[in-house]
Amino acid sequence: MSGITIQVKGLSKVYKTDDLENKVLSNISFEIKSGEFVAIMGPSGSGKSTLMHILGALDLPSSGTYILDGHDVSKMTDDELAEIRNKKIGFVFQSYNLLPRTSALDNVIVPMDYAGIPETEQKDKAQKLLERVGLSDRINYPPNKLSGGQQQRVAIARALAMDPTIILADEPTGNIATNQANEIMEIFKKLNKEGRTIVMITHEPDIAAFAKRVIHLRDGRIV
Amino acid sequence: MKTLKLVKNSVRNLAINKMRTGLAILGIVIGIGSVIALVSMGEASTKAIQAQIQAIGSNLLTISPGVSFSGNVRGAAGGGTTLTNEDALAIRTSAKVTTIKSVSPEYTGRTQVIFGRNNTNTQITGVEAIYAEVHKISMDSGSFITSQHVASLSKVAVLGPTVVSDLFDANTNPVGQTIRISGKNFLIIGVTKTKGGAAQNQDDRIFIPLSTAQKQLFGVKYLSSISLEAISENVMTDAQNQVGYLLLDRHKLADPASADFRIMSQADILQTASQVTGTLTSLLTGVAAISLLVGGIGIMNIMLMSVTERTREIGLRKALGAKKKEIIYQFLTEAILLTFSGGIIGIILGLSGYFAYSKISGTAFTISFMSIFLAFAVSAAIGIIFGWYPAQKAANLQPIEALRYE
Repeated sequence: MSGITIQVKGLSKVYKTDDLENKVLSNISFEIKSGEFVAIMGPSGSGKSTLMHILGALDLPSSGTYILDGHDVSKMTDDELAEIRNKKIGFVFQSYNLLPRTSALDNVIVPMDYAGIPETEQKDKAQKLLERVGLSDRINYPPNKLSGGQQQRVAIARALAMDPTIILADEPTGNIATNQANEIMEIFKKLNKEGRTIVMITHEPDIAAFAKRVIHLRDGRIV
Repeated sequence: MKTLKLVKNSVRNLAINKMRTGLAILGIVIGIGSVIALVSMGEASTKAIQAQIQAIGSNLLTISPGVSFSGNVRGAAGGGTTLTNEDALAIRTSAKVTTIKSVSPEYTGRTQVIFGRNNTNTQITGVEAIYAEVHKISMDSGSFITSQHVASLSKVAVLGPTVVSDLFDANTNPVGQTIRISGKNFLIIGVTKTKGGAAQNQDDRIFIPLSTAQKQLFGVKYLSSISLEAISENVMTDAQNQVGYLLLDRHKLADPASADFRIMSQADILQTASQVTGTLTSLLTGVAAISLLVGGIGIMNIMLMSVTERTREIGLRKALGAKKKEIIYQFLTEAILLTFSGGIIGIILGLSGYFAYSKISGTAFTISFMSIFLAFAVSAAIGIIFGWYPAQKAANLQPIEALRYE
């Protein structure tokens, strides 16, 4: 795909409630090349969360096309979308979204479970990933025994579990103290250096500064 | 995802809220438990009745006087005076009756019996010596009525064990004692072995010679029943017909519909009894099945609650690549696990209830594997049926809605 990972063309999203039409995204087009580290910035209500959902194959656009790694995501069925989310996208959420009462190791294993990877392989890989994010001594801890920063690292390890085409991070440091936030951002930077494509949504300029390119969004349009 | 992993995850999820899980299981436990207990008890009592048929003799026929007519007035059933000693003799001697081995004419009445300061009101049955053979009476001590006793109108009595315990204290040997029946002295010559409870209490009765009962005690010339032993089980219908036509002929009746007697086989009587037991069992099982249904609705309720509570988790799992069917499997596994474990506990409790019943009632304890298999199948089916809707609901959640849910 000549290095183009994400290709968005004329993408719009309209929410209809009764007789009210709310156009959240209008006619957005951009490309993200393989190995880029892009931040999508904008004030609240700018449509960046909606864009993130569409990029993450959690939602479909009303019109326009979204091509991820050569696959036209805009016309997929529910199960095909699930497959894309599993294999092509690694999510890092603002509120971590780890399974409660489940060890860090088992949390990292979840996406591999749905991909049907054999159990012994799952464990090895999850262990290595947790080592990479610096949590080798915490692999059996449940989320409530970990700090915010540590929980987000588990989430990053989970996002890497299936070697996804892109890592999609939604305000990854939004709930984390500043000193730990920088550590998280260093991990992203390191991952990007290793060649991973990262798309990050944020409204904080100093977090966006870690990215190599920033797409600004306002009122559903790129500015 | 592997089945083992699904089960492991489900156990972990169910263990989170132990109280709720326990209560949901309890509904199924009660349902399955009562079904198992009642079905087993029903089967056991049916078997017990069948065993009684064998014990009493499946080649036994009983003739009882039917409705008697005086003019156009219909008398009470069974209260007739139409059966006579001559009828019994005729059956015994007739060349037309080829299928009957033994004939036992009987007269039964109730009266007061006194020994010392004890008294009881019991059945007095006038019998001939053949009675013991026809009814498979065995003696605990002493001997039964003989034909000499009948011929000489002897005042001798053979007691059933219930009468013995009513009249005598434990350390008195009743044989050789004298009791008063309706003011007449009778010498006790024997005590029968217990026969156990059948349709009527076989043990609460006193046997005396038929002639003594008819002529000296009750002053009657008719019989209350004639018991017949056919030569084999296979000729029961022939026997019924031969005896029936002989009696119709003797009673000068042309039409079998106007017969003033009834011939019933012992098997007929007990079949009626087991039908009653069967009806009762199915009725109770029906009630138990309703409680099982209520238990199933309880499971559904719990599962729906769990879906609502875990909306975020479902959203996350979908974001991480779970397909619809994988979410359905997860919730179905949880539901089936609930009902299945409820089923297992229910089977154990039901069987112990039935075990206690069999100990108390003195019946045999036999486990019906069919009912256990059925209970397993039913509990799994309930899990699938009542887990389906909540699982479907979970699987249809939109991932973004679910992730946003607080």
